[in-house]
Amino acid sequence: MRATVIEFLGSNCDHDMVHYAKDVFNLKTEVVWFTERDLKNPDIVLLPGGFSYGDYLRPGAMAARTPAMESVKEFAKKGGLVLGVCNGFQILCESGLLPGALLRNRTISFICDNVYLKAENKDTPFTCKVDKILKIPIAHGDGNYFCDEETLKKIESEGRVAFRYVSPEGEVDEKWNFNGAINSIAGVLSENRRVLGMMPHPERACEKVLNSEDGKLVMESVISFLEKNR
Amino acid sequence: MTEIEVNLQLAKNHGLSEEEWETIKKLLGRIPTYEELGIFSAMWSEHCSYKSSRVHLKKLPTKAPWVLQGPGENAGIIDIGEGYAVAFKMESHNHPSFIEPYQGAATGVGGILRDVFTMGARPLANLNGLFFGELKNSRTPYLIKGVVAGVGDYGNCIGVPTIGGQVTFHSCYNGNILVNAFTLGLMKSDKIFRGKAEGVGNPVWYVGSKTGRDGIHGATMASAEFSEETEEKKPTVQVGDPFTEKLLLEACLEIMEKDVIIGIQDMGAAGLTSSSLEMAERAGSGIRIDLSKIPLREKEITPYEILLSESQERMLFVAKKGKEKEILEIFKKWNLDAVQIGEVTDTKRAEFYFEGKKVADIPIDGIGESAPLYKRPYKEPKRFKENQQLNLSEVKDIENVQTTFLDFISSPHLCSRKWVFRQYDQSVRTNTVMSSGGDCGVIRIKGTKKAVAMSLDVNPRYCFLNPREGTKLAVAESALNLAVCGAKPLAITDCLNFGNPEKKDVMWEFVESIEGMKEACQKLDTPVVSGNVSFYNETEGVGIYPTPSIAMVGVVEDIQNIVYPWFKEEGLEIVLLGEDEPSLDGSLYLSHFFGIDKGKIKSVDFELHNNLISLMLQLSKEKVIESAHDISDGGLLIAIAECCLNEESKIGAEIFFKDAPKRIDAFLFGEAPSRVVVSLKKENLKIFSQIANKKKIKYEVIGRTTKNSFKLGFGNKEVFNISINEIAEKWQKGFEGIFKQK
Repeated sequence: MRATVIEFLGSNCDHDMVHYAKDVFNLKTEVVWFTERDLKNPDIVLLPGGFSYGDYLRPGAMAARTPAMESVKEFAKKGGLVLGVCNGFQILCESGLLPGALLRNRTISFICDNVYLKAENKDTPFTCKVDKILKIPIAHGDGNYFCDEETLKKIESEGRVAFRYVSPEGEVDEKWNFNGAINSIAGVLSENRRVLGMMPHPERACEKVLNSEDGKLVMESVISFLEKNR
Repeated sequence: MTEIEVNLQLAKNHGLSEEEWETIKKLLGRIPTYEELGIFSAMWSEHCSYKSSRVHLKKLPTKAPWVLQGPGENAGIIDIGEGYAVAFKMESHNHPSFIEPYQGAATGVGGILRDVFTMGARPLANLNGLFFGELKNSRTPYLIKGVVAGVGDYGNCIGVPTIGGQVTFHSCYNGNILVNAFTLGLMKSDKIFRGKAEGVGNPVWYVGSKTGRDGIHGATMASAEFSEETEEKKPTVQVGDPFTEKLLLEACLEIMEKDVIIGIQDMGAAGLTSSSLEMAERAGSGIRIDLSKIPLREKEITPYEILLSESQERMLFVAKKGKEKEILEIFKKWNLDAVQIGEVTDTKRAEFYFEGKKVADIPIDGIGESAPLYKRPYKEPKRFKENQQLNLSEVKDIENVQTTFLDFISSPHLCSRKWVFRQYDQSVRTNTVMSSGGDCGVIRIKGTKKAVAMSLDVNPRYCFLNPREGTKLAVAESALNLAVCGAKPLAITDCLNFGNPEKKDVMWEFVESIEGMKEACQKLDTPVVSGNVSFYNETEGVGIYPTPSIAMVGVVEDIQNIVYPWFKEEGLEIVLLGEDEPSLDGSLYLSHFFGIDKGKIKSVDFELHNNLISLMLQLSKEKVIESAHDISDGGLLIAIAECCLNEESKIGAEIFFKDAPKRIDAFLFGEAPSRVVVSLKKENLKIFSQIANKKKIKYEVIGRTTKNSFKLGFGNKEVFNISINEIAEKWQKGFEGIFKQK
């Protein structure tokens, strides 16, 4: 199985993403620089988190307009799997691969904390192995997901909300929706459910010494999906 | 350009004394040029020259077999085994942060990050020591918000987790806050880079951001007291750009992989001037630089301004000849300017040209060797003996323990720091094992079983009452904070924040503090590998308490053995270890409730302390204990409560003592060094006692963990029974009050 991590100027979770794919899951992992167009034939493209272009203009706006992202768009159009985490989610929204936008957190400030996630739809490449409430860290200033009412209705009715912020017990509760996302949305899928953007960082929660292993379930889902759909 | 007349008055305006002016003239054999005057004023500022502190800093122990680089470089380096080393340093950014908290704090973080990656290390963790004035001071909330956002935004953007530190409030910081930033980075122990300009004819490169007018005379500003005109000094504060720094970091680490770099140094305080002069000085060489080649933000910048600009995110390096193509390729990839601006010479002079004209020509030895060195007079102030006298008969003992306890733990001094730490990315780079709330920050080292632990400590009240003993206590506490989690303490970096050294009492505090640090570092075998001195933390003649921040670094050999401070489950035995006589002298309790900063603080018994450290390491290695927490600010009862207050699981505790103490306040909230509270399974009590006895450490079983209540009793009498949730709620909300008042 092959993963490709795209590196943009200023990405700071690129190494973490490579660690996730390569060290934790032993995938054959390539790193592609943002100026390149060749994605090196991946089964999944990973867009890392972390302040590409310093979040200048808007988070993800400049990264969305790079040659590598042109190739990612084509790859996605053909049904390829794409996972964007944090800034990767912002890039996916900015590039039009996912609907909606990520606004400033409602607290205005940056938030680093553990969140609890409920997989709303188990019938997706990213959630098919998720069998519990996930404890995963967030670390962002702009994670407040927003879209217009019509889009919201559409993604909700089509089962495209991949993850929702919930309480540790699994209840939707504004108290646990730290950034103020609409409908407590933490992760959104594309129409074909092959592209996922999520604010929480599964790659930071894959080892016991780091306090949670729940992030593994996202990649385990992907691997199981790819094995079945070979 | 009109010629500016250089004379004594102008020198004085540059912060130089008449004596220093005379030395400059003698050294050059002529009147300096305007540019040269600027160079001398920056290089001989207190901030850059350490002219008041050098004679004393020499006394500190700096060597151990594991020390690969001691003071004098951009950061200190220690060997951690398996081919790895860590570089670390702490630096103050106090003056800029008080003038402009957001940018001041942000660029403090940026500066210390560069100091570490210039050595060839990848920064892996930050700590911060933040010291603010009292809350009723109208400026305090503004400063906290700005500093925390500045620290956070810079570290978050560049992707280095902030995993610990200290947040302290005291009226002594009303006019001068302190921002002490620490960074630790990881490198291969055989891949160390130093700031040396070696090899005649080798090109000198300038890389990174363009030069602007920001931060001119920052070093000089940081070497003077504040007055009413502080606001006017805003233009001397630099502006940070963490995105560019991230690019610079990656570009530098990438080029260090190639066989290209001879020496490298960041442009920090006093910018291009200090980096070029220091690099040549270390190598005993000379340097020639053409200022016309420096990439500029705006056209009209003068050579004087180029020399003294403290624009951020810039580096200077000396490369091998003939590597231009490789260098340009890498910096182009990272979208950064890289320009050859000069070369290494053998003249032992620093020569700066601008548009074909020589604007400065200074003997490099002269800058260092002839630099002013002051043996400033010092004298024990009268207040020292007076402050030792604490009359406890004026202090009524506690009537309602429950109320006092709840007030205390929800006070800004002891409440949860989550409001602060939530604004810092703590988990980026997927190494963070322990972060804020723990006794220390811990990161694992990928590819090994090891972890590196780091703590930042100082109790300014102790240092005010007794700078020598207070500094010893800071070093000792730092070491114990590492040991309780299972890390062996190895070395320290310091950030010495004091008032005006021209005052005898301040200088006395400094000298005493150095003596204390020296003794503590010798006794604990933790040498000083890097550090920073910040004097003139005074506003309108009022100085801060002496604040020698100590950051200690240690190694955990096996990550599986790490011990956390929090109680894990109910039914565990709670054991108090170490020194058994806490005292109210100099305690937070007296300071907070009565406004009394007085008393004779306890001295560290280093034999006992070393035994306790060794015991903690053995207990962790043999997996005898379930949790361990150092008892510090607030004393025993607060420490036990802290063990209950984990973010996720809240375990209670029942504490029973046989007899009611003579003074409840001293017993519950008094302070003493060398004390630890641990929890363990009942079946491990026997082996525990054997190890403790062997290490000659006293211990007492004082209670057990419970489901969800916090109970205290003396004899058969219950003093209180509070639900953990109630304590947690008050403790978590403590910080909110700061902003609600406004």
